[in-house]
Amino acid sequence: MGDAEIIPIGTRGRPGRGTGKTSSSAARSLAPDAKPAVKAAAAPKPKPKPKPKPKPEPAPEEVAVEAPRPPATTVDRDPTGGIPAGDWLAAIQVGAREVFGEQWEPQLAQFLAFLRRRVTGDYSVDEYGFDQEITQRFFMATLRPIAEKWFRIEVRGAENIPATGGALVVSNHSGTIPVDGLMTMVSIFDKTGRHLRPLGADLVFKMPFVSTLARMGGTTLACTEDAERMLSGGELVGVWPEGFKGIGKPYSERYKLQRFGRGGFVAAAIHTGVPIVPLSVVGAEEIFPLVGNVPSLARLLGLPYIPITPFFPLLGPLGLVPLPSKWLLEFGEPIRTDELDEGAADDPMLVFNVTDQVRETIQQTLYTLLMQRQSVFR
Amino acid sequence: MGSAGRVVLVTGVSRDLGRRFARAAADDPTVARVIGIDAVPPRGDIGDVSFVRADIRNPVIAKVIVKEDVDTVVHMSVISTPGSAGGRNTMKELNVIGTMQLLAACQQAPGLRTLVVKSTTTVYGASSRDPAMFTEDMEPRRVPRAGYAKDVAEIEGYVRGFARRRPDVRVALLRPANIIGPDVNSPLTSYLRLPVIPTVLGHDPRLQFLHERDLMAVLRHAMLTDVAGTFNVAGDGILKLSQVVRRLQRPSIGLPPFAVGGVGSALRSARLADFSPEQVELLTYGRGVDTTRMRTDLGFEPEFTTAEALADFGSTLRPTGGRTDRALAQLEASLPAGAGRG
Repeated sequence: MGDAEIIPIGTRGRPGRGTGKTSSSAARSLAPDAKPAVKAAAAPKPKPKPKPKPKPEPAPEEVAVEAPRPPATTVDRDPTGGIPAGDWLAAIQVGAREVFGEQWEPQLAQFLAFLRRRVTGDYSVDEYGFDQEITQRFFMATLRPIAEKWFRIEVRGAENIPATGGALVVSNHSGTIPVDGLMTMVSIFDKTGRHLRPLGADLVFKMPFVSTLARMGGTTLACTEDAERMLSGGELVGVWPEGFKGIGKPYSERYKLQRFGRGGFVAAAIHTGVPIVPLSVVGAEEIFPLVGNVPSLARLLGLPYIPITPFFPLLGPLGLVPLPSKWLLEFGEPIRTDELDEGAADDPMLVFNVTDQVRETIQQTLYTLLMQRQSVFR
Repeated sequence: MGSAGRVVLVTGVSRDLGRRFARAAADDPTVARVIGIDAVPPRGDIGDVSFVRADIRNPVIAKVIVKEDVDTVVHMSVISTPGSAGGRNTMKELNVIGTMQLLAACQQAPGLRTLVVKSTTTVYGASSRDPAMFTEDMEPRRVPRAGYAKDVAEIEGYVRGFARRRPDVRVALLRPANIIGPDVNSPLTSYLRLPVIPTVLGHDPRLQFLHERDLMAVLRHAMLTDVAGTFNVAGDGILKLSQVVRRLQRPSIGLPPFAVGGVGSALRSARLADFSPEQVELLTYGRGVDTTRMRTDLGFEPEFTTAEALADFGSTLRPTGGRTDRALAQLEASLPAGAGRG
């Protein structure tokens, strides 16, 4: 060990790799005092002419070759030719792992299969045009945050909704735009796992896009035939008997139930012997406070009303953002109709009585809920 | 019926479906003779069917029925488009006056036992106020004022009148949904054969189909059973137009409602497809019919569902789209192994 060569650490300020003797040619050329290296390179240059044979030549020859090289190097440096397919695949895999987690392969495969099913039309809809897949994967997922975060919906009495079989959910209607229907759909699905099948006005099916979405989401026309067909098919049907009178009433009349149609929904329930579940919705009245209407324009456009809210035409599309009122949904005790006899649906007095009973239940519950509510937004 | 077998008169044999039904009926063992009748000779092979060239708008028909001792009449010559017949006036005359004459002749025929009329679900119309599924008792929400739908409504009225006047004749009125199949040439099939399918923007109508083979089967069934009444006939299930377009792997283009009429008449003049107002309504609002009575009362079960009928129709078409699906399939195939279909 004694005669071991002492290798000093560092280069003592000189360029090189630290052997202390000579620095590498690369380092020399980097260093400010690289001139000797250039000279060294320049000095051997004259040599090759008289002596083309000796071995040390290759290095100088390379230097000499450098002049014709540029065309070759430009091809090499082409930036687009650079990334091989394998790298792309690896990058996608990393990205997929980021997005879908460790189980990304089956997840992505599932998602692709879903996309392909949609693109090839390989899915089924029921006879009303209800597309369960899209409703569950898309509509519900979109509406759920609105229900939970924006309106902070509180559902009471969800146990009053029958777990199986046909039932008719009857609700008050408000809010200028039927947001309450959508929110009821989400809330019922999240509480019971059942899809509420709303009955919509014929205007819904006349309007482009709205009609497509409505059918996709499970809506059908509010007529006796469809209502009875759905109820006897064991569906959970939602109806808003106030219709446009309820949804388009001015803010000053909030929480005052309008006339409940002609009681057709009661007749349908009696016919099919399904229970009627009254639903009272508090909070939807305040989302778009309707303070005015343009009846002449509405008539021109064939709409029931043109709403004017404190924000709507004033702020343009921004006025379409609903106010974040606090919502309470209370499902009341089901009203049984299966005990009534066959001809009961044809007894107008009985139908009116049941209609009034439902209406009174909802109205009283509304008052109770309003008393309990601390403020509109809390 | 007598042991000699039935003598069947089929109207409208010059057209494909009528001719094929006549041929199929002639092969039936319980049928002794089939007489095909039309104003123009049929284009294809009619087999054992004896063809009588006569216009049903003409009282000659009565003589044929009496002379040949016809006991079953199958009325199939209700046309949905003017097409080859000429203008709308000719079409209406053929449909309505022809049916009137035929029924008048039938009323005079003492030996007649059975009348089968092929109507259509177009009679229900299509509107935004329609119930999801029409049953046989329902009326159209909007009374048709013109065109095929009005013709059919009038024809059905005459048929019902005939049934009242001749209670001894069993009348079966069939309302098949849109017929579809590889060999069918109808306004709807020529529409679906377009390389790019124009749709009404923002509407996705529900459609039902009946396969051509099922139409033949149900006509034969109605001819041979002893059930009278009106029956909707359609394959099981519903398809939306968007689904139909995707399953046929065809690109579609959404047109605003006011432009559909213009495109429709352009296509009509180019003889590519025929957009009658009824068809535009169907393609806007769609229609579904309830087939419970077909199953329970008529006792008929279609072989093809709506989706299967469409698949059979689509198997003869060359897809013009489907690029997205191919791209997705490629992507799916390039996934590392083990990631099967979810």
